[in-house]
Amino acid sequence: MIPEEMHQCIGMVDPPTVYEVERGAIRRYADAVGDNNPLYRDEAYAAASTYGGIIAPPGFFGWPAGTPSMGGAIGKAITAAMNAGYFRILDAGKSYEFFLPVRPGDVLVGSPKIADISEKEGKSGPMYIISFTTTFTNQNGATVANATQSFICR
Amino acid sequence: MSNKQIYWDDVQAGQELPSLPKIADRVMLVKWAGASGDFNPHHYDDTFAATQGTGGVIVHGLLKHAWLIQFVTGWMGDRGTLKRFECQYRGLDHPRTMKTMNEPDDGPTWHCIGKVVRKHMDGDAACVDLEIGVENGEKQITTPGSATVVLPKRP
Repeated sequence: MIPEEMHQCIGMVDPPTVYEVERGAIRRYADAVGDNNPLYRDEAYAAASTYGGIIAPPGFFGWPAGTPSMGGAIGKAITAAMNAGYFRILDAGKSYEFFLPVRPGDVLVGSPKIADISEKEGKSGPMYIISFTTTFTNQNGATVANATQSFICR
Repeated sequence: MSNKQIYWDDVQAGQELPSLPKIADRVMLVKWAGASGDFNPHHYDDTFAATQGTGGVIVHGLLKHAWLIQFVTGWMGDRGTLKRFECQYRGLDHPRTMKTMNEPDDGPTWHCIGKVVRKHMDGDAACVDLEIGVENGEKQITTPGSATVVLPKRP
């Protein structure tokens, strides 16, 4: 049984967050992954490629990456789970549809929306799964990607 | 890695992708925390991690997701396009501790593995569906996933 306080969060949308995609942030992200792909770091190589310039690794939409603000709808849902005694939170998974590459200098806007909250019986007992979807739009108004992320609260 | 282009015509269902070895150590997790902006102490603070019921510090799910994206994008080449990607963090992974400032202790090596499931055309787009995953040192897939890439066709 999902507590009413959590159920109310389904469909809630966070205020838009603006992500300025910086070249250095792309480089640090690729370095942390251990990804030496020259498309993310070598200007001359990237300029001669099909992209005509440096791009970000798919899944990077500016810093901070993949950590929604806890001040909005997601924070509310997680607080509600904690109030119900489910205080251990784990990231559960990620999915994307990609439409356009992300480039340094892009200004992306995304508003995470709580797509679903469900209950499941896990190995360590009952758990809640909170999933939210963010559509990233660039400075030209074009949709760059849809990203869905899930959290487990147990 | 990115210089060699693979073509849709040359890919077959069932074909395995060359695996990508990865070693998660404490330093990599701290670098990832900074680069991603995920400062959850579950990934670097032993005392806090001990309270989380996961057997200590664990590798960020999003870091494993980024390994898998490196694996797929490296395979598809510069003229390939990643259209769809998903992965689930099913199993916990514990990073290696450090022997020196930048060298990990002995421990597991992870591998990104994958194979071609299906080739199909979506309009003009020559698509390849992949089944992928991060395999731990015991050959268990802790992070299964799938992806669809569009590859160039031979002229």
